[in-house]
Amino acid sequence: MNSLDPRVNRLDVSKTMEGELLTNSHLITWEVFHQDKRGKQVVHCGIVHANTPEMALILAKEQYARRGKTTNLWVAKTSDVYTFNSEDEDIFETTPEKVFRDPGYYKVRDRIEKYQQQNKINV
Amino acid sequence: MSNATKELLFKMADDALIIGHRNSEWTGIGPMLEEDLAFSSMAQDKVGHAQALYNILHESFGEAEPDKLGFMRSESDFKCCRFVEQPIGEYDFSIVRQFLFDHAEFIRYDLLTQSSFTPLALLAKKVKGEIKYHVLHGDTFFKQLAQGTEESKARMQSALRDAWHLALGIFEKSEFEGELIAQGIFVGEDELRNRWLAKVTAIVEAAGLQVPDTNESKIELGGRRGYHSEYLKPLLDEMTEVVRLDVNAEW
Repeated sequence: MNSLDPRVNRLDVSKTMEGELLTNSHLITWEVFHQDKRGKQVVHCGIVHANTPEMALILAKEQYARRGKTTNLWVAKTSDVYTFNSEDEDIFETTPEKVFRDPGYYKVRDRIEKYQQQNKINV
Repeated sequence: MSNATKELLFKMADDALIIGHRNSEWTGIGPMLEEDLAFSSMAQDKVGHAQALYNILHESFGEAEPDKLGFMRSESDFKCCRFVEQPIGEYDFSIVRQFLFDHAEFIRYDLLTQSSFTPLALLAKKVKGEIKYHVLHGDTFFKQLAQGTEESKARMQSALRDAWHLALGIFEKSEFEGELIAQGIFVGEDELRNRWLAKVTAIVEAAGLQVPDTNESKIELGGRRGYHSEYLKPLLDEMTEVVRLDVNAEW
């Protein structure tokens, strides 16, 4: 059946379906890190499939840096990234309870305002 | 001066529009997701370059609006080279075309940063980075496929042979060549061709492939004078199919 999209007709889907559908399972993945300003932190933004670091970089450029401001991209092999085992997630379990490590925990705003009022300080 | 500059602008703009349209034909059917998106995005860049060049024609020379110049001219008014008109073929041909075409574009725009025609010099400075990425993309894929498997190497060599005399048609001279050089608007197609040949030769050889022999009589000429290959007319018909339904519609 002819598609309304001329590109699909050119592709000749019937031929592709009869032959083998190639997968890209032979390509490894690369983690991509984006920096929007020189000197700022480089933030993880996703992955790309590629077989060399050069290919990973040129593909990452259009996936993750085609909009907005960018000064640089980093790529690193996914297999080079070391992580905790997922069953060890419990080592982080009580962290959210340790609110005393969070500056927001110290509610000093009302005391500052009281001090300002007492001493007639206008900010 | 104005006719010479217009000729240069039209051929550059038409090259960019047609290669942009051609390369966009890979959208949705690219060899892998990431490359599908990258190739499509670069195709959009090319259409953007065409728009900017048509805009100079509109603002500096009183030609019609960019949309009209892109969509409403007849085939013989187009000054693109035959290389950009060719169908996308298999990915080997499309990558070889990008490699050969964008090296010529990069050198052309780099030389135009020194042009005595200020609007073009400013545009050349502005888009240099975009074209540098297109070249980097073409080089990386070209090298990768040339040094991949026996099959990919053979296919790249074969695509290079198919593309060679078409690519040399990029440098077909117009009747205004002498005027462009004399007035410092552009250094000329011969100079561009020499620089391009040195650049692509080095990369092709480093990738382990052979640069095809050049037979001057086989170079595909005519595009710059409005004599096109059989492939341009169907492309224009497809590209303008929607706009011609209602030429005065507001988009």
